[in-house]
Amino acid sequence: MQQTLGMNYILNPWPWYISGPLIALVMALLLYFGKTFGMSSNLRTMCTIAGAGKFVDFFNFRWKDQIWNLTVVFGAIIGGYIAVNFLSNDIGTDLNPTTIVELQNMGFYSPGETLVPNEIFDLDVLASPKTLIILVIGGLLVGFGTRYASGCTSGHAITGLSSFQKPSLIAVIGFFIGGLIMANFILPLIF
Amino acid sequence: MKFLKFLLIGVFFGIVLVKSEAVSWYRIYEMFRFQSFHMYGIIGTAIASGILFLQLSKKGIIKNINGSKIHVPKKEDGLVRYIIGGIIFGLGWALVGVCPGPMYILLGTGVWSMVIVIVAAIFGTFIYGLLKNKLPH
Repeated sequence: MQQTLGMNYILNPWPWYISGPLIALVMALLLYFGKTFGMSSNLRTMCTIAGAGKFVDFFNFRWKDQIWNLTVVFGAIIGGYIAVNFLSNDIGTDLNPTTIVELQNMGFYSPGETLVPNEIFDLDVLASPKTLIILVIGGLLVGFGTRYASGCTSGHAITGLSSFQKPSLIAVIGFFIGGLIMANFILPLIF
Repeated sequence: MKFLKFLLIGVFFGIVLVKSEAVSWYRIYEMFRFQSFHMYGIIGTAIASGILFLQLSKKGIIKNINGSKIHVPKKEDGLVRYIIGGIIFGLGWALVGVCPGPMYILLGTGVWSMVIVIVAAIFGTFIYGLLKNKLPH
């Protein structure tokens, strides 16, 4: 019985006050090993590997120095697989009831039952131009924006704010302005 | 072998982000609608723990693997690039619900259409590289 209870702590979603410090631990481990926590850099590395350096000087750098970071990415994919297949139960995301009703009214069938809405990510809906366009535009915005801002949530919000860097504060304010505009004004127009 | 530690850190990162629900599209939506404290709690406690760690490093209590001071690279000064770049990323973050870490993690959870987002994000980074010298920074 006690063992079951202990296991539930792992299988249920983890509370924010456990998760936040564990994310900081990822940053701390990388800094300990002489690296930095910055996931968006990998997108630039992948451009370079794909040969973008032939066209644009920005991509001319020793990508082999970034193999460690690509290894983190590879590990993260494995981590995602392990988490859903071995460390989870069927309990969905405990969303605010207001959020659920709101999303249902927008046409989302089962908010919180999966990690991402089937209405955007299910392979069946890829046949619909609208969904395909959402995925492509979303990716373009993330890839362009993070490089323009020189970092994303890991580099600016976690590492940059923890080290009191003003550029990161400006970037995070930008993240929120963009996110608020999308969630409050644009998503209701799309769905 | 020297990359094994980074593989393990990545695995840990992936597990934490799934279990914390930070990879959930719905959690990101809820955050930007101010309908839940969850994501603010995660980001807030991550920053608080990060500050504690970096202050301990600054005082020399925690050192890096070589026994020297932990170094956090400084971001260049600037305004336009951070605010405009930040807004553009934020728009994408709330649309597809992922930042550049979770897009890979969700692929691992079996969300195959994330491949499209990743390829588009790589292309978005390429477009930035193309336009870099013409953009205000």
